[in-house]
Amino acid sequence: MIITKKKSVDSVLKSLEGVRDKRIYLFGCNSCAEQCKTGGPQELTEMARTLEDNGFEVIGSSLVDETCYNQLVRREFRRKEEIRRADAIVVLACGAGVKTVASNADASQPVFPALDTLFLASVERYGRFFEGCSLCGECVLDRTGGICPHTECPKGLLNGPCGGVVGGMCEVDTSNECAWVRIFKRLEKQNRLDVMKRFSPPKDHSGSLRPRNVCLR
Amino acid sequence: MGDKSRLEEALERGDFVITAEICPPRGTDTRGFLEKARLIRDRVVAANVTDNQRAVMRLSSLACSVLLLREGIEPVFQMTCRDRNRLAIQSDIMGAWTLGVRNILALTGDHVSHGDHREAKAVFDLDSVQLVHTIDLLNHGKNLKGRELRGGTGFYIGAVVAPEAEPFGPEWIKFEKKIDAGARFFQTQAVFDMDRFKAFFDDAERLGAKILAGILLLKSARMAHFLNNNVPGVNVPQDLIEELEGSTDELEKGIEIASRQLRELKGFCHGAHIMAIGQEESVPRIVDLA
Repeated sequence: MIITKKKSVDSVLKSLEGVRDKRIYLFGCNSCAEQCKTGGPQELTEMARTLEDNGFEVIGSSLVDETCYNQLVRREFRRKEEIRRADAIVVLACGAGVKTVASNADASQPVFPALDTLFLASVERYGRFFEGCSLCGECVLDRTGGICPHTECPKGLLNGPCGGVVGGMCEVDTSNECAWVRIFKRLEKQNRLDVMKRFSPPKDHSGSLRPRNVCLR
Repeated sequence: MGDKSRLEEALERGDFVITAEICPPRGTDTRGFLEKARLIRDRVVAANVTDNQRAVMRLSSLACSVLLLREGIEPVFQMTCRDRNRLAIQSDIMGAWTLGVRNILALTGDHVSHGDHREAKAVFDLDSVQLVHTIDLLNHGKNLKGRELRGGTGFYIGAVVAPEAEPFGPEWIKFEKKIDAGARFFQTQAVFDMDRFKAFFDDAERLGAKILAGILLLKSARMAHFLNNNVPGVNVPQDLIEELEGSTDELEKGIEIASRQLRELKGFCHGAHIMAIGQEESVPRIVDLA
């Protein structure tokens, strides 16, 4: 799941400065952003109220099942011709959602994000998310006991812990146990410490040149 | 390739070697830095120049290493992985070599979230083991891609280890990896528990590494508390804190403690690395009292 957080009302309003005639259309997302409580039905209603309180006219809104899904967004644009009349579109979804809406909007129609996109999360339980993968393009979990050092070590170290471990905890956030201490314990239990003793060469970033794309056909 | 560094020669000869650390200035006025360097010149074999220590932006460790060379002081050029990617790392290392630097110390580096530019991007393109490996390749006339260079380096490669790290298992594995990658000498994080350190030293010596034990000058009891609460991997024991608290001149007591540690180390270790953290003028007394 992609985790998002709301931008402050001030910063959303600031980004909307200079929008002509002030007719706004809203997009929400009924998957990740809904679960994050940032772009579901309730947040769309709240955003509409906030904008109206600040002198904008909200001429409609769409809660798309997956706002990052181009076909769904395109269908929404086709079905609701009022979207074309909006002076601006505000999107309560992750960056991929904003991007998808923007690519369907008219080139003259500005699109604004209402959220900041944070990370790809594992969901520990409802409303509790943590980052376990940073989409690096070269998975090393086979040799790290299922714990990602790129992601869970703030320095992304590949060959063991830094000197900042205090009583097994990370120097950057002392409430987190050091990722490499956890990897060590895991591999020790698996009788696979030899894997940790092996030199890990510098990471190959050439496989993650941006922007990335995949086409199955 | 060029001559061996004095540090390497002294350690190979079996001398008890003393190094100390000096911190570059926060600006381009190098007078204070050089003054401190001159004060310790006759007491140390080499002086470490820190690299944006604690992620606080300072004058470059490479430039300050060269300034030391001009003063007739042999530098240990510290390089962290925090601020440069692998291209910048390799070219700066070769640059240091062409300017006459012969010792290098590879470190991970404190995270930017501890420093004065907390918004900065932390690079960590390489980690400290990979950095040692990279320097070793340059020493063999090759770059990180294995491509032959027109002239390589011949550094005496050092790295760091924390003998009091808890838990110690992962730290030991990394220590061994650094040796395998080409590290020849180690400067340790501050040592306070001598018995524990001695046990570490005996194991480390078997692997052929030269070990310089870290001595951290405790300037006051307040500083000791600060270190315990804020500096990762440093553990000042309670009896030393009480010793400081019970004295009328805490700095003098700190110097006494440091020289006592130095004396103890002389009995078995390869050398010591004194970290006086801004109080470099006390280094000669620590050395002389021991």
